[in-house]
Amino acid sequence: MKSSIYYQTKKVAINFLVHLFLLSMVLLCLYPLLWMVASSFKTQATIFSDISLIPRQFHFENYYLAVSKSDFGRYFLNSVFYTISVVFGIVVISSMAAYAFSRLKFPGRNIIFTVFIAAMMIPIPGSFVALFILLNKLHLRNTPLGYILCMISVGLSMSIFLLKTFFDKMPRELEDAARIDGCSKLGIWRHVALPFAKPALAVVIVFNALNVWNEYVLALIIFDSKNLMPLQRALMMFRGEFLTNYPLLMAGLTITALPIIIVYLFMQKYIVKGVASQTVFG
Amino acid sequence: MRIKSTLENYFFILPAVIIFAIFYIIPFLWVFQLSMFDWDGILPTKTFIWFQNFKEIVIQDPSWWQAMRNAGYITLIALTFQNAVAFLLALACDREIKMKNFYRAIFFIPPVLSEIVVGMAWRFIISDVDGANIINRMLVSVGLPQLVHNWLSDPKTALTTVALVHSWKGFGWGFLIFLAGLQTIPKELYEAARVDGASAWDYFKKIIIPLMVPVIVVVAILTILGTMQAFALILGLVGGEFAGHTSVPVLRILAVMRDSSRFGYACAQGISFGAILVAISFIQYRLSKRYREA
Repeated sequence: MKSSIYYQTKKVAINFLVHLFLLSMVLLCLYPLLWMVASSFKTQATIFSDISLIPRQFHFENYYLAVSKSDFGRYFLNSVFYTISVVFGIVVISSMAAYAFSRLKFPGRNIIFTVFIAAMMIPIPGSFVALFILLNKLHLRNTPLGYILCMISVGLSMSIFLLKTFFDKMPRELEDAARIDGCSKLGIWRHVALPFAKPALAVVIVFNALNVWNEYVLALIIFDSKNLMPLQRALMMFRGEFLTNYPLLMAGLTITALPIIIVYLFMQKYIVKGVASQTVFG
Repeated sequence: MRIKSTLENYFFILPAVIIFAIFYIIPFLWVFQLSMFDWDGILPTKTFIWFQNFKEIVIQDPSWWQAMRNAGYITLIALTFQNAVAFLLALACDREIKMKNFYRAIFFIPPVLSEIVVGMAWRFIISDVDGANIINRMLVSVGLPQLVHNWLSDPKTALTTVALVHSWKGFGWGFLIFLAGLQTIPKELYEAARVDGASAWDYFKKIIIPLMVPVIVVVAILTILGTMQAFALILGLVGGEFAGHTSVPVLRILAVMRDSSRFGYACAQGISFGAILVAISFIQYRLSKRYREA
């Protein structure tokens, strides 16, 4: 028989190796990002000589330059505006539709719902070509409204699906009580269903916000005017202009990435749920 | 009264239906029609050419097939290497271990970043302009100067570099789903297997893997669909198609549409690509179903 000390030692050794493996992956995850942030505080002259993660001197002027000379403040505000508008639109429109699909009766209910869900499962990577022409015809190309409406349509299916499954679990008594009090359908949606669905709404909000903030291809085909572009699109233009001005580029990247990382760290739980619901469609 | 009530109910889905129909369904259907035309997207005259565009894709467009091969190569690395790392990490976290939440939080940071940001940040680390290349510096400092290489500007290594950066961005996502799957396996199974004298390897092979097959299939399908269509990472990292060495289908479609103004042909490319993606996920779904029933 092997002694208990043997097993104890073995267990400690295995734990040590597991943590070593996990920690090395943590390092691999964080290093490029820390390097990005650190480099945004260096100058073109020191960026390749001072390779430490904590710069010897902090040069905030890269951020000043990015915002003042390269209009990054403008792109940042554009991204914020698009994200808030799209998420607001999706929350209102998808929660109304999801409530109807779950609780109200009308002919064609199941067919229409199926179309929403099925459309999302068939990938047509070229549909942006037709969208480009369509937006031109509607005079919505190169307008904020065109971009916002397109992005709302992208997020609708998933949000409706998520919210409908949530409304399906809502107790009938809640609605009945409101109806007896004289609440209209719209009132029940607003004062009973929406508050009930708060956890699912949080997932919808966070998930769509990430999606809009990180979106690239529609921003590419929709916008021609620089002053309308969101951050992702601006970064690629910036990349062409300042290909070798690394500190400035890294400041731009940090401005783009940091809000997402902060939102993610605070809203982790909801993002994890969103990912889980994404896999339902697999 | 009944009619009024039904109309009221339609009002609830009306905004969703209108926006979805105009900006999702119509472009989706229109792609099929446009794919049979020769059209520059501007002139009012379109020429109907039946399936000529599709014929051209199949027999006359080596650049398209090169893009498909490239995407297939990146996907293969994502399916094997990236998902294997994700699975190992999930196994490591699926136990009584300290800092589990910390690990999970960190591993999911790369997936929430945009492909543009990830591509550009990594470019700075591995590009060779001005001697930036941190990887090369590390190789020199650990005494392996013979391995120093211009990873992104050498056509032979550019695509593999893209695939590895893609894996860096993607593994945390697979990790999260695998971990969620592993946590649904009852711990009593482990105890029971141990009492029966099963080794850790037996437990892994006979219990974990069979129970995880559905999760593995979902991750595999989503990895294929996601990776085949990825392209922004390449724009951030390489800057473009690099004379075909790092071109992928979506970059091709964009180039055909924007640079050559061949809208009909771009639609045909989109459809054939979409059909291949649907076919792949369907085959995989059927295979896994058979495996589960067996």
